[in-house]
Amino acid sequence: MRGITGFVQRWALFVLIVLIWEVVTRLSASPFFPPPSQIGPRMVDLWLSGPASRLFLTDTVYDHLLPSVGRTLLGWAIAAVIGIGLGLLLGRSTVAMRYLRVLLDFGRAIPPPLMVPFFLVTLGLGAPMQLGAIVFGAVWPVLLNSIDGARSVDATKVDTARAFRLSGPQWMGGVVLPAALPKIFAGLRLSISIALILMVVSELVASTHGLGNQLVAAGRDYDMAGMWAYIVLLGILGYAFNIALLAVEHRVLRWQPGRAHAAASR
Amino acid sequence: MRPVTRGLVGLAVFLLIWEVVGRSGITERRFLPPPSDVLGSLGEILVDGKFQSDVVATVLALVVSVAIAVLIAVPLGLLLGSFPVARHATRAVVEFLRPIPSVAFIPLAVVMLGVGPETKITLAVYAAVWPILFNTIYALDEVEDLHLETARAFGYSRVRTILSISLPSAVPFVLTGVRLASSIGLVVLISTEMIAGGRLGIGTFINVAREGAGRMDLLLAATVVAGAIGYLVNAAFDVAQRRWVSWSSLTRSAS
Repeated sequence: MRGITGFVQRWALFVLIVLIWEVVTRLSASPFFPPPSQIGPRMVDLWLSGPASRLFLTDTVYDHLLPSVGRTLLGWAIAAVIGIGLGLLLGRSTVAMRYLRVLLDFGRAIPPPLMVPFFLVTLGLGAPMQLGAIVFGAVWPVLLNSIDGARSVDATKVDTARAFRLSGPQWMGGVVLPAALPKIFAGLRLSISIALILMVVSELVASTHGLGNQLVAAGRDYDMAGMWAYIVLLGILGYAFNIALLAVEHRVLRWQPGRAHAAASR
Repeated sequence: MRPVTRGLVGLAVFLLIWEVVGRSGITERRFLPPPSDVLGSLGEILVDGKFQSDVVATVLALVVSVAIAVLIAVPLGLLLGSFPVARHATRAVVEFLRPIPSVAFIPLAVVMLGVGPETKITLAVYAAVWPILFNTIYALDEVEDLHLETARAFGYSRVRTILSISLPSAVPFVLTGVRLASSIGLVVLISTEMIAGGRLGIGTFINVAREGAGRMDLLLAATVVAGAIGYLVNAAFDVAQRRWVSWSSLTRSAS
């Protein structure tokens, strides 16, 4: 019951915020801040006014939005595989970490958008360049959190695993991975928001199509409602990715004691 | 071996592998110049006045943006966080605004404000406000009730309670927020410089290096400089957190 009232309260508040936004933008009448009542119809017009045969979605959705979302998710998935795999191995090797710490700290410190020009020169204009930039940016939170997580296996488990002579894969998959999962999920959520940022930046810097490309195009046409439509869409995507991951995290980590506390500290 | 030496050995091995790959001809030298080339270019641009002003422009913009963000977010956070109703409402607003990547506003800001430094600073302030605000409000949830009750028993006014109880106990959280704000601020600044152009900045420098002659060595050298700035900022926060707020459990768990 509390969950339901919380849900209602949250969306009631959301409606209230949109109403305030509407009133403020109408009063200020700034051309750069169109009221939501203009943005909403523009969103429908841009994306949802297609023929029934294409699920009422416009060409823009198929040509620009879905490819961008696909690249974001693919880049993030590649980063996750690399980050978790490498992170678990490195996290269990004190020696490797001693030598690699500085390198990792430095890599993480490079603002990821800077890699867009690098990949633009090496890979040319197109999806590989964007994927490269997304993977480079999104890998760090997963990698560093996986390392931290893998190091947090407690001594009893280490000794028990040794006593039972667990094989390498059993040890990694059965002991280290579960122990590291809470940290890994925190990293995954951080990295999907970075993946979204890099998708936008890479498309803003240079692109022939995609969400960022359309955002720039709207700006070029002084289509402010259109620009806001894309800004809102990016917010919705970020929100949806986060919610989806939280739901998965909740399911996967249900066995963990003290879960409620861990979720609050993130 | 000392930890620092080990780290440098790791770095040296990485550079050595890169050097061998870069010179072997597996990759085109134009695309992946060996580190010796990049280091040479790095030496060149570090003494170049134009690049120096680019670095200064970006670093200065970062300092200004984060400072403005602190001045906005900390008082606002203290104010909003002190009233439960406002705290819940703000959290909800933040929850809806935070998922929007700040870089999505770059084209809008360019149309509105042009390509001068005020554009990138405005965007960086916007991006930097959220983590600080969020952490400040969050901190006020964690203030110990005992301290607040003690203050009430001594007849402290609301303002005095905020300044002498809430603010000090919020410092570790605020510092964490400022740290996050600095790294996201740098990302937004450099992205804006790359996308909007502008006259000065590391992002502008990299744009020119890419578009003009496709000078990968310059591009990588500037990337190394930007990485070094990020690294130093992080290290500075590490030191600050250890020195000033080492008493906080937050610092220990975050490190």
